[in-house]
Amino acid sequence: MSEAPERDNSIVVEKLVREFRKGPRAVDGIDLYVAPGEIYGFLGPNGAGKSTTVLMLTTLLPPTAGTARVGGYDVRKEGPKVRSVIGAALQEAALDPLLTGRDHLRLQTMLQAIPRAERKPRQDELLERVGLTEAADRKVRGYSGGMKRRLDLALALVHRPSILFLDEPTTGLDPQSRTALWAEVARLARDDNVTVFLTTQYLEEADVLADRVGIIDHGTIVAEGTPAALKAEIGRPSIHVIPCNDGDRPRIKGLLDGFGEPFGDGHDLAVRLREGVGMADVIRAMDTDGLVVDDVELRAPTLDDVFLAKTGRTLEGAAESKDGAAAP
Amino acid sequence: MSALPTQIGALAQRSITRTARQPASAIPPLVFPVVLMLLNAGGLHASTKLPGFPTDSFLAFALAVPFIQGALFSTMNAGTDLARDIQTGFFSRLSLTPVRGSALLAGQLAGIVTLGVLQAIFYILAGLILGVRFASGPAGVALLLVYAALVALGFGALGSFLALRTGSGESIQGLFPALFVFLFISSMNTPRNLIAVDWFRFLATANPVSYLIECVRSLIITGWDAEALALGFGIALVLALISLAAAVWALGQRLERT
Repeated sequence: MSEAPERDNSIVVEKLVREFRKGPRAVDGIDLYVAPGEIYGFLGPNGAGKSTTVLMLTTLLPPTAGTARVGGYDVRKEGPKVRSVIGAALQEAALDPLLTGRDHLRLQTMLQAIPRAERKPRQDELLERVGLTEAADRKVRGYSGGMKRRLDLALALVHRPSILFLDEPTTGLDPQSRTALWAEVARLARDDNVTVFLTTQYLEEADVLADRVGIIDHGTIVAEGTPAALKAEIGRPSIHVIPCNDGDRPRIKGLLDGFGEPFGDGHDLAVRLREGVGMADVIRAMDTDGLVVDDVELRAPTLDDVFLAKTGRTLEGAAESKDGAAAP
Repeated sequence: MSALPTQIGALAQRSITRTARQPASAIPPLVFPVVLMLLNAGGLHASTKLPGFPTDSFLAFALAVPFIQGALFSTMNAGTDLARDIQTGFFSRLSLTPVRGSALLAGQLAGIVTLGVLQAIFYILAGLILGVRFASGPAGVALLLVYAALVALGFGALGSFLALRTGSGESIQGLFPALFVFLFISSMNTPRNLIAVDWFRFLATANPVSYLIECVRSLIITGWDAEALALGFGIALVLALISLAAAVWALGQRLERT
């Protein structure tokens, strides 16, 4: 799918497969490369295979076939070495509601074999970094969703990993918490050169945060590249018209068809504009034909358009049509 | 120096902290067995008049039962705690650390054993306050604490095995009444030689829980009864070994990490 860069990658995956006994191939022969310090967004609907891929790359689930090297180590044969260089915040903050934030960090520093003298300073540093110093001695059951996610991130960073896996880190968070988490993840990659493998079903998250995006559907990667390149691949913007009178829809549709390819789910009055035509041409034509409209909107391509172009469905629609048989 | 003791200590500490912060699960194993003992002692005191009854204090006779009841509660708590960790993903978090599988289990069980010993101290103190005197003396009390640790280890490992196999706290709680049946068909309320109903005496004799209780009872009432101690410690040891082996196997099945 993507070209292997010359230098060693933090994550190298080749023909990775995971089959479950009573289910479909959750991951079906994917290839991907993630460079050191890169934020790689793994985008797809529920059940597409994102979390299964993360479980394999973090050594928690053995692959059925294929190879994956993380931090230079084989996930199948060198599990403990892989775990020593990675941090992970898996889906749903896995925290103990009866422990405080500081209890969690104390436990994690001990399990990660941080030297005794460094444990307390490291706990304080991480609590400060994720903005939980004041709440450190409160039980986690009283934390908000955003606080839990921030603590989850702090726990993943205890042993200073060079690669960080974040499985849908902002699902269910309010916009403010989401933005704060994005800022911290971006800082980790920029300042600490941490490689971030981030799964998400949010287009905006992938668009804002990721250096490159891989789009997965039904266990296979259907598109990969920088968000800008993927959108450029789709090419032209689309134009969307809302008629004043529903009776005008057939005339407007006929007019729009002259400017590009029909676009959307068939109900929308929208076309992807042909090369050489712009919004002004469409408006002039409607004016000439005496068509009155409520609104005309020019939209730049989005990652959802990329997903639509590659799979024939929108991300939202794909999530709704998921049959539930796919793996985690 | 190996990080293993630190890891086991950290996990044991977590297990104890969790229990201490859940009065609803920490108090019943302490209080209910003592309340049941007091009720039985009140209602069955006349049993001590039976010819051949080993003591004239039913309280001294019944004090052995809370030790085993408490251990059964430990089974449920150990199991439900571990099952909850599996369900919430906390187990996966632990699996991502360098901690060894053996430490995961040992840490959990170290917490259970510590709590089992604390429970035993509580029952001993309750007995002393209620006027029970230990025929085996201070050495017998010390041995009783060792025995309590061994029994807690066995039942705790059994709970861990069930949790690792089912991954469901509800399943563990569903099995709890089944474990209690073993207690009721034992010699908990009557010495086996005084059980008049043949089928019940047969079941009580075949039931290993009877010997677990009689071991404790011997230290309280008789003093130093080599046969009762050998049977009690032997069964507790076999239970611990089998449960541990099963739990280690189930851990291997559950822990898919490479």
